[in-house]
Amino acid sequence: MDKQQIAILKKQNKIKDSKTDYVYYGICGFILFLLAVIVIYPLYYIIIASISNADAVMTGDVWLYPIKVTFSGYANLFQRDDIWRSYFNTLAYTALGTVFNVALTIPAGWALSRSYLPFRKLIMAMLIITMFFGGGLVPYVIVCRALGLYQNPLILIIGGGVSVYNVFMCKSFFQSNVPEEVLEAAAIDGAGEIRIFFDLILPIAKSIISVMVLFYAVGHWNNYIDAYIFNIDSQFYPLQTVLNGLLDATASGEGEVVLEQMRLATQIKFTSIIVATVPILVIYPLIEKHFGQGVLVGSFK
Amino acid sequence: MKRQAKFGAPEVLASQACENEAQDKQEHEDLVDQAYEMLDGSMLVDKTKMTKWERWKDNFKRKGWILIFIIPAFIYVLIFCYVPMYGILVAFQDYMPGDQIIGSDTVWVGFENFRIFFSNPNFWDYFKNTFLLCILGFIVGFPLPIIVALLLNSLRSKKVKKGLQILYYAPHFISLVVLVGMLKLIFGSDGLLDQLSIKLGGDVNGLKLFLSPEAFRPLFIFSGNWQDFGWSAIIYLAALSGVDPALHEAAKIDGASRFRRIFSVDLPAILPTIVMLMILSVGNLMNCGYEKVLLMQTSGNLETSEILSTYVYTFGLIGGQYGVGTAAGLFNSVINVVLLVIANFTSKKLTNNSMW
Repeated sequence: MDKQQIAILKKQNKIKDSKTDYVYYGICGFILFLLAVIVIYPLYYIIIASISNADAVMTGDVWLYPIKVTFSGYANLFQRDDIWRSYFNTLAYTALGTVFNVALTIPAGWALSRSYLPFRKLIMAMLIITMFFGGGLVPYVIVCRALGLYQNPLILIIGGGVSVYNVFMCKSFFQSNVPEEVLEAAAIDGAGEIRIFFDLILPIAKSIISVMVLFYAVGHWNNYIDAYIFNIDSQFYPLQTVLNGLLDATASGEGEVVLEQMRLATQIKFTSIIVATVPILVIYPLIEKHFGQGVLVGSFK
Repeated sequence: MKRQAKFGAPEVLASQACENEAQDKQEHEDLVDQAYEMLDGSMLVDKTKMTKWERWKDNFKRKGWILIFIIPAFIYVLIFCYVPMYGILVAFQDYMPGDQIIGSDTVWVGFENFRIFFSNPNFWDYFKNTFLLCILGFIVGFPLPIIVALLLNSLRSKKVKKGLQILYYAPHFISLVVLVGMLKLIFGSDGLLDQLSIKLGGDVNGLKLFLSPEAFRPLFIFSGNWQDFGWSAIIYLAALSGVDPALHEAAKIDGASRFRRIFSVDLPAILPTIVMLMILSVGNLMNCGYEKVLLMQTSGNLETSEILSTYVYTFGLIGGQYGVGTAAGLFNSVINVVLLVIANFTSKKLTNNSMW
């Protein structure tokens, strides 16, 4: 039998989808397509509105495609000092904070994944409890205040330093991705725990490290409320806090002045949303490929 | 020994052999000693004869350095999670911002802060708002990712499935400020929806959804699901990818349609995951996140949008009433713990799945 014949036979013997299956696939595809439209449309609308003429946006003419394309909104936005300053603040908080987070989380996950870790059960229990019970907002602020973190931008870097949920995610990653034989071989060769971690474990932990970087970096990037809670000086405001002020702004004044202010405010709302979101939507696809089974599954065990 | 004996007459070599034997033995022992030294002497002891405590000590000596990796995170959790638990004592004090938690001038007031909190005329409104917002959010938000995961999993084209997944995850990474900003630009006063409704002959003032108490919950829940349904579906999709294809083929031969197989093959496979996630989310039911609620609060919708955690923030923290704020927060946490225990107990009885 030649290949063609085999192919034909295979085709004939394949279990065919029934007619109800085609109806099912049709409905299923339609629902998923509709969801995709619902997800995309608001994002699309913000983009087209940010490059359209402000008057057309305010009268609701812009909803399907941009009208009278202009980039004046972006030009106005980049003239503002507070935007630039908060952008750099956020970059600094995100970079330093993420390094701090990952430096605490990855080793902790590794240690918890080893059954010979002394006091393992006790440590696990103490970490799990914090997932369901805590002192609450006010005692947290009191403690941070006692540590001198009130009105101190440092809190924006070290606040939320360890997410127990992420630690457990690392733990299950190491449990399922580190071959025991390699560790035994390393121990026989005389490698100590510290050597094992830095020379053996870190190089194979790239995917979990990148996922952790994404999670924590997004957390820092998107944090707006800590600046209010800890009463941070406005020159140290992160981007999202400044953005919140911009988005809440209402124009005041009279006649043509107020109209002009409204135009400006409207445009800045759309453009600032885009400027604040683009960095995240750019790194997300780079790290998305690591959301494999090994990383996200089993974090509940 | 035998090897050496082969090469000479046994009777001549006998004495020599004895000597060699002794030498060999010595060499062998030296080698063994060296090997043990290399292994830190850890194998010199017969471990089966050690007591539990000795074994623990031995393990600690050899591998105790691993503790160094957990210590920083552990200390962090102690300071930022456990010390605030001790700070709950503030709920029973007349506490002024800046005081020590227990100092020489601490004024203990018993349950006075709780009394102030419970006797607030709006207490029941806050409680009801929290409960309704969270329970409605759960009813809509819990099944949605499961349905999406089941639908996505049944797609035949891997490429389409992958593409849709990436698209559905994306909103998860948008910040709350941006999300609420987008909501306001679309549904708020003078937003897109208002303009379109005016054009289509609606009320000239627009719908002003952000000022109406009735619209708060739907907007909150809709936007929350818009942001997170894809992300929450990941865990189910991963569980579904572990289903043995042979099960599907067997069901197919038995004549089960694709739709039928969702209920007979897919759903049973992810049931343990569903139960586990349900326990977790019931345990966090009363935490619906004050950050987003605060952003969505307007003077018009306070009636439905003031919940316990926003009360803790605005009255307790910003208003400087630390004692009452702590008491209100504690009340909220205790409800959560009770819910968690109930959920875990129920699931243990019904499905034999439980967290402890």
